[in-house]
Amino acid sequence: MNLSVNLCGLKLDNPIIPASGTFGYGNEFKDFYDINILGSFAFKGTTKEPRSGNPTPRIAECTNGLINSVGLQNPGIESVIKHELPLLRTFFHKPVIANISGFSIDEFIYCCEKVDKEPQVGLIEVNISCPNVKYGGMSFGTTADSAAQVTQAVKSVTTKPVFIKLSPNVTDIVAIAKACENAGADGICLINTLFGMRIDLNRRQPVIANKMGGFSGPAIFPIALRMVYQVSQACNIPIIGCGGISSAHDVIEMMMAGATAVQIGAMNLKNPYICKEIIEQLPEVMEKFGIENLNDIIGIAHQH
Amino acid sequence: MFKKGLYTIVSNQPLTKTIYKMVLQGDTCYITAPGQFVEIEIPNKFLRRPISVCDYDKDSITLIYKVIGEGTSFMSTLLPNNTLDLLTGLGNGFNTDIPQKQPLLIGGGVGIPPLFSLAKQLTINKIQPTIIMGFNYADEIFYRKEFESLGCNVLISTLDGSVGTKGYVTDVIQNNQLTYDYFYACGPLPMLKVLCHTLPTEGQLSLEERMGCGFGACMGCSIETKSGMKRVCKEGPVFLKSDLKL
Repeated sequence: MNLSVNLCGLKLDNPIIPASGTFGYGNEFKDFYDINILGSFAFKGTTKEPRSGNPTPRIAECTNGLINSVGLQNPGIESVIKHELPLLRTFFHKPVIANISGFSIDEFIYCCEKVDKEPQVGLIEVNISCPNVKYGGMSFGTTADSAAQVTQAVKSVTTKPVFIKLSPNVTDIVAIAKACENAGADGICLINTLFGMRIDLNRRQPVIANKMGGFSGPAIFPIALRMVYQVSQACNIPIIGCGGISSAHDVIEMMMAGATAVQIGAMNLKNPYICKEIIEQLPEVMEKFGIENLNDIIGIAHQH
Repeated sequence: MFKKGLYTIVSNQPLTKTIYKMVLQGDTCYITAPGQFVEIEIPNKFLRRPISVCDYDKDSITLIYKVIGEGTSFMSTLLPNNTLDLLTGLGNGFNTDIPQKQPLLIGGGVGIPPLFSLAKQLTINKIQPTIIMGFNYADEIFYRKEFESLGCNVLISTLDGSVGTKGYVTDVIQNNQLTYDYFYACGPLPMLKVLCHTLPTEGQLSLEERMGCGFGACMGCSIETKSGMKRVCKEGPVFLKSDLKL
């Protein structure tokens, strides 16, 4: 039985990757289990400057998911390279995915140049889809032109594989994915969170201090699956499927839609062992559906 | 370190109209300090519910919770032998290893429970704390006898003056001319703010915030302190007065 997959030369023992923003820099999860069993993981969205993020409350519960409005709180790229990555090396011995965000093309370039020099970074994930920050974040991911500009700029400063993480909050995600591919992206990661909102009935005001935030969790799985299916039909670069995955069955389904690997986000917050449990369950579920090699099912649903 | 596990309910009884006491049986080896909390999985709810630990020994946990929303309403319907999925060992807890002779333990409403295991620990350390408990009305009072049974002096304030001092916990401190050299507090944010600004000594305050994970992964509960951004669930919930920007 073969669970290993290949993302542009980055060989993963299995397709399971905790998604950025739900796994910190790995440190919190090492107390729950040996995180070396993971395919890889995407570290917390990191920007050029340290960011304190949005005011609290930043979290609102939803049916089968949650809204977050963290706002890219992170210690900044210098501190991540100086403190977080050396610490990570002591307990994680696989290449990590660096999730980079920015408020200008120059900031994306700055961060990518920095992580390009880090041997532990196996792949760069460029986040042009954060809904929780003004001026930047998602605004780069909502038009094909700006998405292509960021892709091109980042590709010019690194030899590591570059995946662009796309926002679902757009009219035509296929056009944006195509623009990234044409601009040189090595792969696409989708989807980031959906823009959502909750209102507290007692207080008669939005639950989240910033009023709106990013909705994720099992509720969004069908939307993510549909978008992965559409993008994989139109593009010839690998896709990391992300959005609402909560079981080994979901992993198989996402891969059949066209994903080469998957990211698991919100469920890490509810069940810190979810990635471990899915990795352990995968062989059994593969056997149930007559799958010997996971690579055989990538995009197989397109044949019908 | 953290632990996830199934815990069996031993008892689940109301102490007042809205406050319940639940005793759970299971492994408590990861609970290392008073003031830590647990995250409880609720069926059909996505996020776990963070509840502070009132008391614990080697194989049982006592939680005191207030029925506020659907999650805690569900908890109040559970019966002995039902099980709950808990993450334990969360948060830093109170530091009792502080040179102090006469600490005040100040709790407001459902902020009182974590002060119980704190009071227990302090008495083990041969320190006799004074307990100040604030409530709105007489019928909300709980755990007075339990604190008294530890040998603690318990002072109460009620908003309507029906029991103890009329007013707030700060009125208790003023009216009784209490002497103290340190304080610990847990309760509503306005109470904590007033304590920060009026009590002259250093102290530790336990904060509350809406949480995503409860173990430091999501940054959902971060607050700004004098020494930078800190996660209420991980670096907290207990913070030094001198570090807080309340």
